[in-house]
Amino acid sequence: MLNVTDLTKTYASTEGPVDVLRAVSLGVTGGESVALTGESGSGKSTLLHLIGGLDRPDSGEIRFFGEEITALGDAARARLRRDRVGLVFQQFNLVPSLTVSQNIALQARLARRADAGWIAELTDRLGLTGLEARYPEQLSGGQQQRVAIGRTLANRPGLILADEPTGNLDEDTGDAVLALMLELAETTGAALIMATHSQRLARRFARRIHIRRGRLEAA
Amino acid sequence: MPDPDYRLSFPRDHGPHPDYRIEWWYLTATLQGADGRDYGVQWTLFRSALAPGEDEGWQSPQVWMGHAAVTSAGQHHYAERLARGGVGQAGVTAEPFRAFIDDWRMEGIDEMRLTARGDAFAYDLDLSAQGPLVLNGVEGYSVKSPDGQASHYFSQPFYEVTGTLTLPEGSVEVTGDGWLDREWSSQPLSEDQDGWDWFSLHFDSGARLMGFELRGAETAFSAATWIAPDGDATPFADGALRATPLETTVFEGREIPTTWRVELPARGVDVTVEALNPAAWMGVSFPYWEGPVRVSGSHSGRGYLEMTGY
Amino acid sequence: MPAFLTILSHWRRHPGQLATLILGLALATALWSGVQAINEEARQSYARAAGMLGANGYERLQMPGGGPVPLADYSALRRAGWQVSPVIRGELEADGETWRVMGVEPLTAPPDMLPNGGLQAGIDPGAFLGGPGQAFVADGAEIDPNGQFGLEFIPHPDIAPGLIVTDIGVAARLLDQTDPSFLILLPDQPAGLPDLASVTDLVRVEPQGGEDLSRLTDSFHLNLTAFGFLSFAVGLFIVHATIGLAFEQRRPVFRTLRAIGLPLSRLILVLLAEVTLLALLAGGLGVALGYLVAAALLPDVAGTLRNLYGAEIDGTLAFRPLWAGVGLGIALVGAWLSAAQALWQVARMPLLAPAQPRAWAIASARSTRLQAVAGVLLLAASGAAALVGTGLVMGFLCLGALLLGAALLLPGALSLALRGIGARLRGPLAEWVIADTRQQLPGLSLALMALLLALAANIGVSTMVGSFRLTFLGWLDQRLVAELYVTAADNEEAAEIRAFLAPLVDATLPIANAETRIGGQPVFVYGVVDHATYRDHWPLLETTPAVWDRVATGQVLLVNEQMARAQELSLGDGVDLAPGLSLPVGGVYSDYGNPTGQAIMSLDLLERHFAPVDQSRSAVRVDPEQRQDVIAALDAAFALPEGAVVDQQSVKQASIRVFEQTFRVTGALNILTLGVATFALLASLMTLSSMRLPQVAPLWALGQTRARLARIEVMKTLALVVLTGAVALPVGLALAWVLLAVVNVEAFGWRLPMQVFPLDWLRLLGLALLTSTLAAAYPAVGLLRTPPAHLLKVFSNER
Repeated sequence: MLNVTDLTKTYASTEGPVDVLRAVSLGVTGGESVALTGESGSGKSTLLHLIGGLDRPDSGEIRFFGEEITALGDAARARLRRDRVGLVFQQFNLVPSLTVSQNIALQARLARRADAGWIAELTDRLGLTGLEARYPEQLSGGQQQRVAIGRTLANRPGLILADEPTGNLDEDTGDAVLALMLELAETTGAALIMATHSQRLARRFARRIHIRRGRLEAA
Repeated sequence: MPDPDYRLSFPRDHGPHPDYRIEWWYLTATLQGADGRDYGVQWTLFRSALAPGEDEGWQSPQVWMGHAAVTSAGQHHYAERLARGGVGQAGVTAEPFRAFIDDWRMEGIDEMRLTARGDAFAYDLDLSAQGPLVLNGVEGYSVKSPDGQASHYFSQPFYEVTGTLTLPEGSVEVTGDGWLDREWSSQPLSEDQDGWDWFSLHFDSGARLMGFELRGAETAFSAATWIAPDGDATPFADGALRATPLETTVFEGREIPTTWRVELPARGVDVTVEALNPAAWMGVSFPYWEGPVRVSGSHSGRGYLEMTGY
Repeated sequence: MPAFLTILSHWRRHPGQLATLILGLALATALWSGVQAINEEARQSYARAAGMLGANGYERLQMPGGGPVPLADYSALRRAGWQVSPVIRGELEADGETWRVMGVEPLTAPPDMLPNGGLQAGIDPGAFLGGPGQAFVADGAEIDPNGQFGLEFIPHPDIAPGLIVTDIGVAARLLDQTDPSFLILLPDQPAGLPDLASVTDLVRVEPQGGEDLSRLTDSFHLNLTAFGFLSFAVGLFIVHATIGLAFEQRRPVFRTLRAIGLPLSRLILVLLAEVTLLALLAGGLGVALGYLVAAALLPDVAGTLRNLYGAEIDGTLAFRPLWAGVGLGIALVGAWLSAAQALWQVARMPLLAPAQPRAWAIASARSTRLQAVAGVLLLAASGAAALVGTGLVMGFLCLGALLLGAALLLPGALSLALRGIGARLRGPLAEWVIADTRQQLPGLSLALMALLLALAANIGVSTMVGSFRLTFLGWLDQRLVAELYVTAADNEEAAEIRAFLAPLVDATLPIANAETRIGGQPVFVYGVVDHATYRDHWPLLETTPAVWDRVATGQVLLVNEQMARAQELSLGDGVDLAPGLSLPVGGVYSDYGNPTGQAIMSLDLLERHFAPVDQSRSAVRVDPEQRQDVIAALDAAFALPEGAVVDQQSVKQASIRVFEQTFRVTGALNILTLGVATFALLASLMTLSSMRLPQVAPLWALGQTRARLARIEVMKTLALVVLTGAVALPVGLALAWVLLAVVNVEAFGWRLPMQVFPLDWLRLLGLALLTSTLAAAYPAVGLLRTPPAHLLKVFSNER
């Protein structure tokens, strides 16, 4: 489903160019859940961003369902994100001006595949029933992240990319959110790649990959 | 410049002398009212030349200043008028004699009509000369200082006066004696002189005394003219007349002698001269004191006192 | 000091923000202090006119038919005891400039006719009266560098620019005129003088006091002040927005500074010092700009005052330290006010609380409601003031309440409108746009209020001026009927001209008038002969039956609207015109652009009861084709000076020119205010755009391109501007109504029918959209250019 080959990304910095990713290759099959671990600055967020089409690599290839996406233009990559990818970030996942239910439905509606029944089920399973009319800033951190997961899954994406989704949450809440995410990904058959620096969380994943100084190592 | 050899001639010298810097027609009168009170009247026209000579219209360099006053023991009214020459607002002609500024008039010499008006007073007097003109100093050349400052100076001290004063409380008929002084000069004071005290006294004997003292930084310079009842005049040079202040009155912050001892030993005169109204202050553009006086002592009578430079 | 430098370092990294802040405050200060400078200059002129050279403050004696007073008349008056003082007045050309010469006779003039208290006090009589002479001119005046006049020119602060005050002898020489132009009748006269009429034929003219002038012009200056204040308020919106942004962006810095041990009080002090420093910078710049604004507008203001009120003020501006100080002070106070809210927030900010996005929507919902209630109350107050209030101040209160009330209602109205629109729209993006716009409203509302005020003021004033213009043009057509107007040197020559023209033309109508006082106010009374010219064309507002017949037979008089309003005259009310002459009002006519009262009666009555009557002008009715022939015949028969014969067209053009100039200042201030409001919008949008990344980034992550999001940003702003314009239109029309029906009646004494100009509105909206597009485009382009990495930071970095 996802094939990454020889991906390289270099950022300019005051001390000269920094190689964030060095010839990274990775394959992920449908329904697989992968934990991507590494220190801060090891390149895990960059890898997720490149896969999500949020940024472009300097070289290398990303094939998504066979389609090479690095060559796509801005608009096409935006469409790809809208239709096939679900993104969950550490924070600011939600549109502050929209309510919980509007946020959950947003991506699916943008992709024109909103399914009211599925959204209702998701809301229920995410424990958000009764909070639909609230605005993001009226929610706790855990609730906000559950809304973000709901929004991602409402669109039934092929691939969920999560970048430290529990990084702002306390341990118990984080564990609960992760459990929900894994369960729902499995239910929908979506592949999930989650970046985290926590070995404890990574152990919950079937496959774990460690990234160090821009290179992948099997964990 | 006044010239000692100049001989006065009339009516010519009743008129103005525009080539001289300063000139005046100065009439004072001591009067008795029908109400029994004593009054004094002043009528003065000063001529001052910003430049010698005369010119047309607004370009005339002559500036005229009139002062008029009525004084009694309890009242002192005065007024001032200013005018420039050349436009008919003020002036003097010798023949017929006419001196005027605005509606104030002095007309005729032997028989004179005199009018003036202020905010609170007016007068209208007829004067009749009962004696001859008197030349002061030597043939009308009156020396003012040891440095030789001098003026041309003559008087008519023999006026008999009748007329009406208009005062805030009403009109008063008056009679009395008048004295006209005519003087012109270009440098009336020397540098170190800061003022003068001038007396014109009518004695009950019929004689008159004109005397002045110019106050210098070091010394005073005096002169006098003794006028017999028939008009025969005797000039006295510096030092013959002595004037000594006896009492002073403070007016507008200035200490002004309003009672004097006046002596002319050569004529046996030793009199006390006392202001009828010590408050006879002329608060005009160039302020001075001018008012009627009573005379007692070796001689008795009335007169006028003028004090400048205080 | 390190704390201060740390705080200031922000501006080095955000030079655009610094520029916005400085420029915003400078603009606000500039408009305010510019208007103040103009007002101050005018006030000084009035004071000079009223206090100094009080020729206008005294009764005068003049020749009945005009012209100089013979010198003999002067000396005759003086020799009768009357205290009069001659003045020779005229104009002098020097190096291409025209100077007004005032020759005063210092020995007889009241002391306040000369500087320094005249000869009594500061002037040396010898130098002033004698020798080559002296002349006083305004401070800084440059005259006669080559010494061709041979005078000593002395600059003096009490002298109005363009004026030469000198001795009458010097004036006589300069102007080659011996006879006085007029005589001043001194207020104190001796008792027992002969009757003035027995001494002279000269006519007494009442003093032309300066108080009337300032009362008349008050309304105009109040008007300017209102505009200045509006601009200042709008400018403060800008400052508020930028200061708010700068504080918002530096929250982490504040937190860090406090965490490393800077006491809160010191932090506040340092921030206060920063605001003060910036305010002084901006204030200085603003004062300089204000001086330029004032200097640019002053000639027009001078023209307006001259045209409307006959008030002479000079067209040059003096720099006054006091004014500059007040300008700086205003800038300081404005900056402190704008910073107060931000400082308050810093003071209350918990030391270790995480940086939270502002709870815009929730906090603002309540304040929007409160604002709306206040707005409704203010609108009600405005309506009440319009209905029951009288007086100029009440008129302006009514205006103020209207504008402020509308501004306060705006956010609520916009929010409601957006909700209404949102209910009709389908689609997630549309929903997001509406929701997001509503959420953005509180941040933009100040700027939008500023825009509303500027738009409403613009619509209101242009409607007022437009209505005035149309009415005025129509009125000119009615009023200026005669084909030619001829001015003669005096009444005798005018009579000869009329006799000469009689066989050549259809009619010659004398324009006869006399000046008098009615009810304590100066009024010009005109006498007319019975002619169709008046019957067919005269612009009567109210009339009684057969009014022209009854005017002709001396039964009634007509009064102009100003006089009717000022003296509360209705049809049929009696007017005491002169001893033994009282006539009822038979009609009221419009008389735009004239500051004084006016009445019309039969010429016979005028001649019988008034002296002197000026009949030197005539209106000539002639076939337009023969106009040139008549002019040629007149030129051949009479030695008329240039400008003595004017045709209708030139009079109309001159009147229209005067009219246009009258409102030029208003127009200029209008544009400036709109410019400042647009700048406020730009500043607010820039403030918001940097806070908008967290709002926009999720949409981008969800698959919307930056280009599309940028387009949406611009469209949203334009939608808000259009909605604001929609609110501004009724407010502006209400404003115009108040100006026409309340303020103008009080200020000028006439009421005008209101007319609307929809094309002007469209043009204004177009202008507003254009400027708003520019304002919105800048942050939108910024968004377009934001590198993805920057957008991504939103999701992982602490704000």
